[in-house]
Formats: sequence, C-alpha cells, structure tokens
Amino acid sequence: MITHSHQIPNWITIHSRVLDLGCGDGKLLAQLVKSHHIDALGLELDPAKIATCLDQGLSVIQQDLNRGLSNFNDRQFDTVIMTQTLQAIRRPDLALSEMLRVGREAIVTFPNFAYIRNRIQLGLAGHMPVNPQLPNPWYDTPNIHLSTFRDFEELCQTLSIRILDKDTSNLSGKRTWLGTVWPNLFGEVAVYRLTKES
Amino acid sequence: MTGSVGVVTPQLIPFETPLDLERGGRLPRYDLMVETYGALNAQKSNAVLVCHALSGDHHAAGYHGPEDTKPGWWDSYIGPGKAIDTDRFFVVSLNNLGGCSGSTGPLSMNPETGKAYGPDFPEVTVLDWVHSQARLADYFGIEQFAAIAGGSLGGMQALQWSITYPARVKNAAIIAAAPRLTAQNIAFNEVARQAIMRDPNFFEGNYADHEVIPASGLGLARMVGHITYLSDVSMGKKFGRRLPRDDRDAEGVNFAVEQYLRYQGEQFSGRFDANTYILMTRALDYFDPTNTESMPLPSVLQGTTCQFLVLSFTTDWRFSPSRSEEIVDALIQAGKPVSYSRLESTHGHDAFLIPDATYNRIFKAFMDRVFRDLGGDE
Repeated sequence: MITHSHQIPNWITIHSRVLDLGCGDGKLLAQLVKSHHIDALGLELDPAKIATCLDQGLSVIQQDLNRGLSNFNDRQFDTVIMTQTLQAIRRPDLALSEMLRVGREAIVTFPNFAYIRNRIQLGLAGHMPVNPQLPNPWYDTPNIHLSTFRDFEELCQTLSIRILDKDTSNLSGKRTWLGTVWPNLFGEVAVYRLTKES
Repeated sequence: MTGSVGVVTPQLIPFETPLDLERGGRLPRYDLMVETYGALNAQKSNAVLVCHALSGDHHAAGYHGPEDTKPGWWDSYIGPGKAIDTDRFFVVSLNNLGGCSGSTGPLSMNPETGKAYGPDFPEVTVLDWVHSQARLADYFGIEQFAAIAGGSLGGMQALQWSITYPARVKNAAIIAAAPRLTAQNIAFNEVARQAIMRDPNFFEGNYADHEVIPASGLGLARMVGHITYLSDVSMGKKFGRRLPRDDRDAEGVNFAVEQYLRYQGEQFSGRFDANTYILMTRALDYFDPTNTESMPLPSVLQGTTCQFLVLSFTTDWRFSPSRSEEIVDALIQAGKPVSYSRLESTHGHDAFLIPDATYNRIFKAFMDRVFRDLGGDE
C-alpha cells in the first residue's frame, strides 16, 4: 500500500473543488475534506471501495477512467488528482489533457520506472522489476504505461502542460534527500502539480 | 443482526382538500392507503418516504398477519438493521393515487356519479403523486424527509421530489430508474395496454358494469412486462429450455418458462385492476421532468438541494445503467452532490428488489450517512 505524498495537501486551496480520479477507499479526499474543507468528488471502479467512500460521507461515482471525463464540464474543478493510476490508463496523454480541461490544476503521482532498484533489476539482472513499488509480474499487471520523471516531463512539453511543482517521495509518502537531489534515479514516486493556464 | 418489522397494519388517510391534476383532471377528495414502520422522532426529522414502482403498493415491509408468508416488496432493504433501518427512521410507504390497493383509484366511488370511477378516473402523473405525497407529509407533520427512496417508477418519484420540493427532501435514492422513457419503453407499455384493451371483457374500461374482468388481457400485459423485468441470464438460469414440471397445466405449454409466465399473468390479473395498469403505465410514459420545465435536465436539476444516490444494475435492460448514468451526468453537470454505482447482477430490472450483499452495503452506507447527518447517535 503506497501512502500519498505528504506534499499533496500543500497544493490544495481551502474550500476548493477537488476531483480524485481512482480515489480508492477515499482516504486522501476524506483527509482533504477535514483539513481543507474541500468540495470533494471521487471516481472509482470498485463498488467495495465506493462503499468505503460512502462510509466517510464522500460523494463518489463508479466510472471507468478509460471512458474519459466527457461528462464533466470545462474548469468544473480547481484541482483534479490522480495518484498512482496514470500508468494503468490506456492513454495517459489523453487522460492528462482531460484532467486539465475539467480542472484548473492537476496533481499526478506515478511510480518512477527509472528508480535505481528498477534499473538494477532490469539492467543488471535482466528481469522486469518486481518490488514493493511495482508488485505485479509483467504478464499480470495493471501498469501498462510505465514512465520516468524524464519521460513525463517530455510528454508535458508535447502537450503544452506547465509544471508548477515537482516532488518525489518514497512509498511511505516521505521525501528522501537523495530523491530530492536526483529524482530520476533515487525518486520512487514522482509527484507533479500541473496546469495549462499561463 | 437484521430483522423484520413484523406484522404491520395499513391505515387509510382521508384528504378532503381537492387536488388539481397536471393533465387537467381534478379529484374533489381522496384517500391514501399508507403503512409506516419505525417511530417519528420529536423533531420529525427522521422520516423516509418510500415510493413504489408500476405494480407495487403501500406494503413495502413486514407481514399482514402471522400466517402471511410473503413480506412487503422491499422487505430486503427495510427493517431493523437493514439499509433503511426502522430502528432509526420513520418509514412512510403509500399506495399511489390511481392505485388499486386501497388508495383512491379507478375502483373507488366517484362522488359525482355514486359509482366506481372505472375508466373515468382522471389521468394522474408522477408530479401529481409527488403533490399528494407532500400532503401526506403535512398530515404527519413532516417538514422535510431525511430521504426519499424508490426503484424504477419509484425512483422517478424521488427524482421529481428533488425538483418540485427541494426544501422538503434532504437525500434522494434513485434506483434502477431513468430520467424519461425511451420509445422502446413506451412501446412495451403500449403492447401491455393493447393486450388489455383488446380483451373482449374490457368494455372500454367499464368491465365492472358487466361484472367481468379482462383477465386474459391483463395477464398478457403482465407476461410482457415480466419479461422486461428479468434478464436473458436470469431466465436462462431459472428455466433454460427445461420442460414444464408436470403436464397437468394448460394445454400448449411446451417449456417451463411458458408455464411460469402464465402463472405470473394469472396471479396478477387476480390481484390488479386493469384500469389502474393502464393509468400507471401512462404515468410512466409521460414522466419527463425536462418536458414539464422545457429545459435540459441539468438546468432542471439546478434547483435541487439534496444529496443523491443513483444505483443501476448491469443486466437491467428495461432501464439500463446508461439511463441511470444520464441522471448522474446531469447531476454532475449541475454541480450537485451525487454518488453512483453500477451493480453487478444477473437479475435484470428486478434486481432492485432482490437481496444482494454489495447493493445492500452501498445503500446502507448511504443511509447510515443520512442518519449521521440527523445528529443521531449510533
């Protein structure tokens, strides 16, 4: 279980409208409702997790992210969050564009495939990495679009997305000094705050 | 952990103020047959209105006597410890106007003629039902319902409530419903109506004068309806291509499913009134909150103030998940708080009546929050 980056709440405005794509059990949204009094909505596919969200008083919609966000208006949210899900989406590029259509800002986190442990497993051992960050074997994994800090930033450039903030954390959501100095090699989880507005 | 509300007794509540109806008719007075479960709290804030579907009635939970074997239609979800927890909520369930289970309808006496209304009973709509239910709330001194819940046509009433009386409903649970009927939905209703009207015993609705009922037409209408309530999967599981259980039955029955449908048709024509069936299907056909307001659905929903739960079932083809999603998307567009789940089920449209762990888990989680918002203690 990966804990959300401790940085995320710092990027949320009090009383803002927040959409969480793949909100899971609603832990992050519930925390933000408490701390930031946000107007929260989650999208989630698993009915069991939807029930857990409802237990916490959250509004949550069962929706497949691969279907897009066409049922949402432009700029309907202040922030659209997607944690550890981008790599499991059929078209991450379209997802990012949609997030920044319905939201002014987006917060995205994903596993950094260039993390040193993955490089060792792939580069030295010659195996697709299997570890706490990427626990599934290659033939049965939801992670179909793994990328790195560098890849992601190139995509942002292609899509004219501005990076407002960038952070890295370990799987417990904490920053490490090595990761901060050299994110593409020592950052386990990439954390970005993005916008398309100038 | 969960229980039954036990033996319940319906009450007939008279309303002497005339009711002007949406499609031009007028009821000088009317009665509503009502059941209640649980206790109304001192603040009268814990009331839940339950709205019935096409052929339902006021008997939503419990039993009508110690020998009664069949509980009310939503007994799986209403009772102590259940989703609509009668230890917490005061549940109000009624037979809608135009019904045939005790509320004023085609079987009731028309005060102007001294005989039963029959086919002359004025056309009623979902909006009329909602107005009559609001008067029922007044009768109990309920200013605002903690929640209004219903499946199918019942869900449509919950939706209409949120639009017509936003201040009087805090939460709405709209289950296996649609924002309006499609041509295909209306077509099925029309086949059912034609089956009744073409029965030689229909006599243009005046069958009571001839001391007959259009039993074969009404039975046929139910058979058609019943097919649309089930799914290909559930019928396959239940009957497949099996032969009838015994050969004592009516001739011409070749497969078990035929035997079942005939039985359903016969049962129904024995308990339901044909004029009511026509009236209820028309109310369904005409339901369209956007038509009344001549605005797109998100604009119509702009004035709502309640929190919504919308549920659909994967094999429901009468009101498929995409129809529920029309309501969800309109609520999202309107920026209203809504939760939605598309529940896995093999039971087709009927799934909203059938016990299911995930359905119950989600419905109960929503209702638990409704209760917490009342400031109630566990």
